[in-house]
Amino acid sequence: MCLSIPSKVVKIDEENQMCTVDTMGIFRDASLAMMAEGDVKIGDFVLIHIGFVMNKISVEEAEASLETYREIIALMDEDEMRRAIEEDDKCQ
Amino acid sequence: MSIELKNLYDDFRDAKTIKAYAKQIAIDAKKLGRPIGIMEVCGGHTHTIMKYGLPQLMPANVHFIHGPGCPVCIMPKERVDHAYTLAMQPDVILVTLGDMIRVPGSHGSLQDARAKGADVRFVYSPIDVLKIARENPDKKVIFFAIGFETTTPMTAALLESVIKNDIKNVLFYINHVTVPEVMTTLMIDGENRPVENKIDAFLGPSHVSVIAGSQIYEPFASVYKRPVVVSGFEPVDVMQSIHMILKQLIEGRSEVEVQYARAVEKGGNKKAQELTNKYFEKAPLFSWRGLGKVPKSSWQLKDEFSAYDAQKIYDSILSKEECQDHKLCRCGDILKGLATPPDCTIFGTLCKPSNPVGSCMVSSEGACSAYYKYGNIK
Repeated sequence: MCLSIPSKVVKIDEENQMCTVDTMGIFRDASLAMMAEGDVKIGDFVLIHIGFVMNKISVEEAEASLETYREIIALMDEDEMRRAIEEDDKCQ
Repeated sequence: MSIELKNLYDDFRDAKTIKAYAKQIAIDAKKLGRPIGIMEVCGGHTHTIMKYGLPQLMPANVHFIHGPGCPVCIMPKERVDHAYTLAMQPDVILVTLGDMIRVPGSHGSLQDARAKGADVRFVYSPIDVLKIARENPDKKVIFFAIGFETTTPMTAALLESVIKNDIKNVLFYINHVTVPEVMTTLMIDGENRPVENKIDAFLGPSHVSVIAGSQIYEPFASVYKRPVVVSGFEPVDVMQSIHMILKQLIEGRSEVEVQYARAVEKGGNKKAQELTNKYFEKAPLFSWRGLGKVPKSSWQLKDEFSAYDAQKIYDSILSKEECQDHKLCRCGDILKGLATPPDCTIFGTLCKPSNPVGSCMVSSEGACSAYYKYGNIK
């Protein structure tokens, strides 16, 4: 029951504090009761949990994480390449 | 780069990134040079860890300890019995979320109550209760509310809608609990004496922290000197968090850090907290299954909302007896991190998902269920 479902807001019904979100092609309604009025906008990424928007997902923070991942992969690739060269050297 | 929805799924499950972190963690663990236990407090994390086989990616000296953060697993039998009693009342529709319907009580599960003619329904969202209430004006609809800080404001939002729309036939049986108090029982006993445990650090829950903020873990870092890293749910999130924990341990730090920064802030979701505080107050005591009584670790409706409180309205028919778990069931030890599912003699034999004896086997977030399903046991 705790699993998060990142979704994108496609429609907002302010009067009923509801919105429609796209969860990888599945469209569903979610309550905005836990979000401050006007805080959620169309196009925002949000976390959905049992029919409620819990929070917005920060694009900047997500990008920062992905940048960190690119760096750690580059580090691993570099390390593997270095090891491959060393192994190769040993063979000669 | 610009982020697409797909990135929020795929990039946080990327096999190459997981492998890169596994390498980093192996280097860190060697530097640390001693065995360490990391407790993932939340059942959602247990599920991710087992589903993606993360224990197999850990060096020999890094162990996961599965904590008490599964709301279904910690529900004491007597409260399941209460729900059963409520469901068996005439003209009552009992509504709850997900796995709760399968948890065995003394007389059986809510599923058994349904087989005996009770009207028990499970819903995807608390909001669905409104529809059931409107369609059944001559019935009392009792919402069996469960969950941690995450779902408490959602129950509050439901109550707010009930009041606002003047719906007269919705009642609440509240079983909302809180994380920091139960984490504290793993550190000290009722007389402030340290409790023996194998926990060197905590992987902080995702959704609880989205709502309550990373601030709630400060004492575990400052007082009990355990690093806490609030982690997202995806496998890359967990691997990065383990790396962050090891870094803290190597550097001799114990701080609260947030890996899941894309969704968690220090102060949490203020609107959600306001909703909780508007309708609820701390209850003096809650009996956690396998963990015992923990003061101020749960919520109850404030007196002014007693007209909606099924526990008060039906008090005379709800049993006051406390129930013991099956003698051989080790859910309690598992929830405290003192045992893993394979340590239990009835795991996978007498106790299976199709016939659960203990609650850790019932919920898909329970450690036993995750071990049984994914089988990648270390």
